[in-house]
Amino acid sequence: MKLCIEFGGGLELLFGNQKNYDVEVPADGSLTVRQLLPWARDNLLQDRPELFMKGDSVRPGILVLINGCDWELSGTLDAELQPGDEVVFISTLHGG
Amino acid sequence: MVALCSTCNKERAALKRPKTLEQLCRPCFFRALEDEVHATITSCRLFRAGERVAVAASGGKDSTVLAHMLTLLNARHGYGLDLLLLSIDEGIAGYRDDSLATVKRNEETYGIPLTVLSYRDLYGWSMDEIVREIGTRNNCTFCGVFRRQALDRGASLVGADKIATGHNADDVAETVLLNILRGDAPRLARCASAFTGAGGPLPRVKPFKWTYEKEIVLYAHFKRLDYFSTECVYAPYAARGFARDLIKDLEASAARPSAIMDLIHSAESWTVCLGDGGGDGGGGGGSDAAASDGAAAAAAGGNGSAAAAGGGGGGARRPRSCTRCGYLTSQPVCKACLLLEGLNSGLPRLGIGKVKGGRGSAAAAAGGGRGRGAERAAAGCGAQGCGGGGCGEVGAAAAAAGAAAAAEAGGRAGRPPRRAAVIEFESEGATR
Ligand SMILES: [Zn+2]
Ligand SMILES: [Zn+2]
Ligand SMILES: [Zn+2]
Ligand SMILES: [Zn+2]
Repeated sequence: MKLCIEFGGGLELLFGNQKNYDVEVPADGSLTVRQLLPWARDNLLQDRPELFMKGDSVRPGILVLINGCDWELSGTLDAELQPGDEVVFISTLHGG
Repeated sequence: MVALCSTCNKERAALKRPKTLEQLCRPCFFRALEDEVHATITSCRLFRAGERVAVAASGGKDSTVLAHMLTLLNARHGYGLDLLLLSIDEGIAGYRDDSLATVKRNEETYGIPLTVLSYRDLYGWSMDEIVREIGTRNNCTFCGVFRRQALDRGASLVGADKIATGHNADDVAETVLLNILRGDAPRLARCASAFTGAGGPLPRVKPFKWTYEKEIVLYAHFKRLDYFSTECVYAPYAARGFARDLIKDLEASAARPSAIMDLIHSAESWTVCLGDGGGDGGGGGGSDAAASDGAAAAAAGGNGSAAAAGGGGGGARRPRSCTRCGYLTSQPVCKACLLLEGLNSGLPRLGIGKVKGGRGSAAAAAGGGRGRGAERAAAGCGAQGCGGGGCGEVGAAAAAAGAAAAAEAGGRAGRPPRRAAVIEFESEGATR
């Protein structure tokens, strides 16, 4: 499934200092954020996985937006992704 | 899948608010957040018409959103404030360049004049020069002490009446928790206040005291505000990270979404117990504070006794003005002036509490435990490159610990440990 993934708020440092990724994520039919997270960790992340994920979710303090909307509006980990969706991860943790 | 905004019922909702769980669209969210900050400003009487307000600007998210919002609210509600941006450049080669570039763009965007003051402007020494003078080993003492004062010195140089900082609700809750864990009753009473230092020359205000970090970040993201964020991604694992994680866990795993508000409220109740000892930095004087400490501790039971034990029996020293620079301190001459004296006289270790005369021996008498604390703090700080930049919060927290330990060593040997640290060091004072 084709997706646009973006990292911000300093999170891009863990991803090779690259903010935007156009990716093809393997999916049979449907894909949820729960499935996307480990894929991004294993395929895009370059450093310190513990700063990106905690358990099967993102580390607390990381915001997730799907097509510009808070993922809490669409079921967080269970949110279903569609081809062409834009998923943004932003760290809120630093740089006051 | 598509949720509608619960305010206007027209637009698609863009977020779920952490405080109220309302689902709002972008325009309704902007307005709601701005109205809340306006409510904090008016209900806590943070400003008076005609005041010259220095917005502490680091280029990071909180100060960027603060500059944006104060400009907007000042115009919308006619506060009549003379706003300016104030940034501190530690003079560490390479470090501040990107964040200062961001602040300079903020100056153009918001039309608020920017003053960048270097440590050379403020102290006559840049951090690099200090490091050359004393080696890297003790520079955390310097950067902690200098950083805490830099904003105050800078703000008085530019003729400001007040300093506004971007501390948000998450930051405040975190500080509350840390002060509870340390049993630091006087600071606990003070740290949650939106208005501190009322008696002193340069009061500080926190218009974002009730504003969640999530909303600040989303506000910046949705409005495409230009902020600098790459300096501190590793910070969560250092000093403050623990408190922050604990709060996030309280919110999520303990299913208590109000954890942040609860922590702030609990510190405010503590303020009430302490009477006028809390609330403003200049307030709690001498034995009164010590006495009400005891009363509060008794009232609060378990927690309180821990705090009382931490606080020890000694009376709090009344904060007064440094005889050289006017900064609030518990000593006749503040720590920064003491360190400067050492630097300027070619005895840079003066004031660090290790070598020179009376203070040095006091340090020795105070014993190893404290000293090791200082070193540990220094190491934590240095790891994040305190001499070389790193994050304000972590640096400040670690440096505060280090400086506290150093102050402890410097001249307070016979006293119960906690108290000295409590009065002199204010973690909120850190630049961010
Ligand atoms: Zn922060
Ligand atoms: Zn709306
Ligand atoms: Zn340091
Ligand atoms: Zn002084």
